[in-house]
Amino acid sequence: MDLLARRAARLVLLLAGVAVLAFALVEVSPVDPVNAYVGAEVARIGPEQRELIAERFGLNDPPLVRFGLWAGRIVRGDLGTSMIYNAPVADVIAARFRASLLLLGTAWVLSGVLGFTLGLLAAVTRGSLVDRSIRWFAFTLTAAPTFWIGLLLLTTFSVLLGWTPVCCATPIGIDPADATLWQRLHHLLLPAAMLSVVGVAPIVLHTREQAVGILRSDFVTFARAQGERGGGLVRYRLLRNAVVPALLLQFASLSELFGGSILAEQVFSYPGLGQATAAAGLRGDVPLLLGIVLFSAIFVFAGNTLGDVVHGLVDPRVGPLRARRAT
Amino acid sequence: MSATSGATSDLRGVLVPRAGILGRLTDRRARTLAQIGLGVVALAVVVVAATLVAPSADATNLLARRQPPSLAHPFGTDWLGRDVLARTLVGLRLSLGIATLAASISAVVALALGAAAGALGRRVDAAVSWLIDLNLSLPHLVLMILIAFAAGRGARGLIIAVALTHWPTLTRVLRGEARRVSASDYVAVSERLGKSGWWVARRHLVRHLVPQFSVGLVLLFPHAILHEAGLSFLGFGLSPDAPAIGNILSEAMRYLPAGDWWLALLPGVALLSVVLAVDMVGGNLRALLDPRSVHE
Repeated sequence: MDLLARRAARLVLLLAGVAVLAFALVEVSPVDPVNAYVGAEVARIGPEQRELIAERFGLNDPPLVRFGLWAGRIVRGDLGTSMIYNAPVADVIAARFRASLLLLGTAWVLSGVLGFTLGLLAAVTRGSLVDRSIRWFAFTLTAAPTFWIGLLLLTTFSVLLGWTPVCCATPIGIDPADATLWQRLHHLLLPAAMLSVVGVAPIVLHTREQAVGILRSDFVTFARAQGERGGGLVRYRLLRNAVVPALLLQFASLSELFGGSILAEQVFSYPGLGQATAAAGLRGDVPLLLGIVLFSAIFVFAGNTLGDVVHGLVDPRVGPLRARRAT
Repeated sequence: MSATSGATSDLRGVLVPRAGILGRLTDRRARTLAQIGLGVVALAVVVVAATLVAPSADATNLLARRQPPSLAHPFGTDWLGRDVLARTLVGLRLSLGIATLAASISAVVALALGAAAGALGRRVDAAVSWLIDLNLSLPHLVLMILIAFAAGRGARGLIIAVALTHWPTLTRVLRGEARRVSASDYVAVSERLGKSGWWVARRHLVRHLVPQFSVGLVLLFPHAILHEAGLSFLGFGLSPDAPAIGNILSEAMRYLPAGDWWLALLPGVALLSVVLAVDMVGGNLRALLDPRSVHE
């Protein structure tokens, strides 16, 4: 309970910091919110109308007053209205995140399983050709721009082979609500593949490093001396010890995953939160941008916290049982 | 590449000095130096070549539009008949320039914060830690979009966004190093001898931080280049007509469904190669300056 309270306090402090930082940054931006709101019709409105719009958004108040009002509304759960989607920011984020969640989840599981397996394989066969090619693959991936990999996937599978659709989350011309599960998965395939590529390289390299350390440890040497070989060694000595750091890293990677989804959704025109982030920044939708910034901070924090909880469950040395015994 | 095989080849190189180039290349130190040289030369070639072809990068030729790679145009041409190779080279030079500037700023920020956190006591340390936490509490790209939005688009916003988001990792490394130095005996002796804090910082602290700092600076580079490209790709970077790699790829996206695969493939491969070259320089530099890291 004490731990929970401390976590919550940290989250509040962090969110306050993020809010101040984000508001200050938006404040110094040279993008004029009225121009951003009016868009292409900027030539057609006169000074009186500009004044009216500014008044409606409260743009004439001094920055500190506006920050106070904004922060007060946020505490009450009102994130404001998105200019480009013309809907409450909270609704936009909720709807968009629901679309992204499937993508993020698929990519997260995919990169975790694939990365962990490859990392273990590299560690077990270390020094061999398999190990070298796995490491070469991982190093090259870290040096490749992810959106470019997305473009390559798009060119190969959607354009040249025609196996997958070129864009969007559901077929064009069909109401998204009517799309079948198969259609959704079909559209999800490439963005998820691209996004999992973002996360796979660090987990491969990290798992390999950890597993090599475990294989060199005394208890593995002892098990070997007792005649333990092959599958048993991997299953009983290696797997459980290697899975803990991999899980921690995988939960910490949610931050990168979120960032990657901005690029992935841009490449595949996937109507999720990432695309909304880019649009909010490009078109100067300040309320939406601030809302997404706060949301992503919570998302990252939740990822790290979940990682700690799962760590406690998997590794008895740091679990709640141990803590109770120690006190 | 396991530690043992490296050690034996080292031993062989030392015990049985071989004559000629072959002998030289089995010497690990020479090989490391050669790889650094190779990487630097490759990057220099890109910059020089870009400077040579820069005038023709924007030249349109409507008679030779959307041509696949050929001898005359190794990377093909785009929908305005511009040579993609020339544009890619100019874009790489642009990316290298921006990344150099951004990574340098970022590294200097890291040096200042890391040294301060490691040497100036608990309060400063806690403040720097909080700054790092704050920076890492947002997804990288979201923070960069926010900063790019705040600084206005264009090269300036791009540089500021990349510079202000890449210092945390290096700061942590330098902080640890600074802590070790300021807790060491020789610093204690200097203080007893009446040397000022400034003298200790200059003569002991900074000198011990230089190796990590320079390696960190080079290793920041790849991240800076990739994030610069990503931001440009999303449209937060340079104006759309500037031939930045991100812009080239973003424009290419519109023509990919028509089957112009070379527009995306080859500029990306070029960017990947540049990043790998910088990575090679950084990794080998670390092997030289921090030999223990090789055997990890």
